[in-house]
Amino acid sequence: MSQMMTTLGFYFQYPFVRYALIVGVAVALCASLLGVVLVLKRFSYIGDGLSHIAFGAIALATALRIANQMVLVLPVTILFAVLLLRGGQRMKIKGDAALAMLSVSSLAIGYMLLNAFPATANISGGVCTTLFGSTSILTLSRGEVWLSLGLSLTVVIIFIALYHRIFSVTFDEDFATATGTRAQAYNMLIAVVIATVVALAMNLVGSLLIAALLIFPALSAMRVFRSFKGVTLCSAVVSVICALTGILVSILAGTPVGATIVIANLACFLMFTLFGLVVRRRIAA
Amino acid sequence: MTLLTCENLTLGYEGRPVVENLHFTVQAGEYLCIVGENGSGKTTLMKTILGLQAPISGKVTTSGGLSRREIGYLPQQTVAQRDFPASVMEVALSGCLNKNGWRPFYTKAQKKRADQALDRLGIASISRKCYRELSGGQQQRVLLARALCAADKLLLLDEPAAGLDPTITEELYRLIASLNRDGMTVMMISHDMQAAVQFATRILHIARRPLFWGPTQEYLDSDIGRLYALKEAAR
Repeated sequence: MSQMMTTLGFYFQYPFVRYALIVGVAVALCASLLGVVLVLKRFSYIGDGLSHIAFGAIALATALRIANQMVLVLPVTILFAVLLLRGGQRMKIKGDAALAMLSVSSLAIGYMLLNAFPATANISGGVCTTLFGSTSILTLSRGEVWLSLGLSLTVVIIFIALYHRIFSVTFDEDFATATGTRAQAYNMLIAVVIATVVALAMNLVGSLLIAALLIFPALSAMRVFRSFKGVTLCSAVVSVICALTGILVSILAGTPVGATIVIANLACFLMFTLFGLVVRRRIAA
Repeated sequence: MTLLTCENLTLGYEGRPVVENLHFTVQAGEYLCIVGENGSGKTTLMKTILGLQAPISGKVTTSGGLSRREIGYLPQQTVAQRDFPASVMEVALSGCLNKNGWRPFYTKAQKKRADQALDRLGIASISRKCYRELSGGQQQRVLLARALCAADKLLLLDEPAAGLDPTITEELYRLIASLNRDGMTVMMISHDMQAAVQFATRILHIARRPLFWGPTQEYLDSDIGRLYALKEAAR
């Protein structure tokens, strides 16, 4: 135990490790809040598609040698989120196929760009980092840290301020519209915020694992809690704890950060599922 | 005082009309029941009035100071809602949202109003329960409580008795009638001919085109009313 503490103390001397922890937790918190909406609105696949689009955008930023990649990744992801959610309402099934097409195309073009305009000699290493986020959270500059924290804070504030409206629009869009809530405007806003979270989470877990960060905490919370408030709060707590655990374990054991966080989330989901079953059986008995 | 006017309405999906040439008004304090066969456009009409769908032609106008924020709506239940984690109180309170303006949270008065709505429907004791674990009848009452929280002047109900057992249905109709006596204007879609003629003050019968619009007694004396009553009774 004391050995572990010493190791952690050693690593936390470095500012980039502290940054990684702070940004990781902030991003995980945002992802869990929006994840509840995503799961309940049956939009999980949009989170996944957007993360592939973000991969393409990062590849483009790398090819163009843009230092602060967020400047390109954020607007591109937001643009596609708005386009997808707008189309999604009109053509539910067609939209699904269109999204699959868009996300694989984005992956392919992104990989092509990284190969054609390599930023480092180690191409596959770079691609791996973008897909699985293995080290990118440790290489954040001070500016990127502040940008990430600022965006996370904005997402949390928007979520709290619009909490009741988000509930109403998610629970019953027709009722919300019929009684004077501009549901379409809120859907758009949710799309923009989700895109922001996806762009942020690229650094933490990488493109392929973002969907897990979004939906796992919400799904875990839904196994046990039965109210929107309960699910939202539980999801936030679960996500923060899993991110903390994941980052600390990855430092101690030298495992990849993103994968460790996602596996922590998976373990948590299995635990909550078991707990939910036991509780329900007890109520039934 | 006229709250709602529908003029030369033609409704339908993707340009194909379902109902044509609808023309009627709703006066404050009325209890209008919309009857007709399945697929005759009753729900489409209600959705158009609520602004959820645009009419093919014609228009719906509100008057007498009626705003969208004073309308309560009880939709037909959708499947997606059935596994949603939400407590009874959370659902009922969401009806109050239309009066929030830019305020992010609910006031004490709004919470009290939701409490009263739950109380009136006899479900105050389950306000902390999970919506999706309730019986169909209880869920319907929760959605009605939400509609009551939203409704200041006009209440629109789409098949409020769908899936309820006869005792609860009877109770529900009495409750709606008592709301109407207290001054709420009610517009209800119903298959239940008996309830329609027992409680409603006016009837609108539609089947691709409006067949009848007028006071309940006149409807009962009309050919179309007698025929429909016989058909429904035979079911």
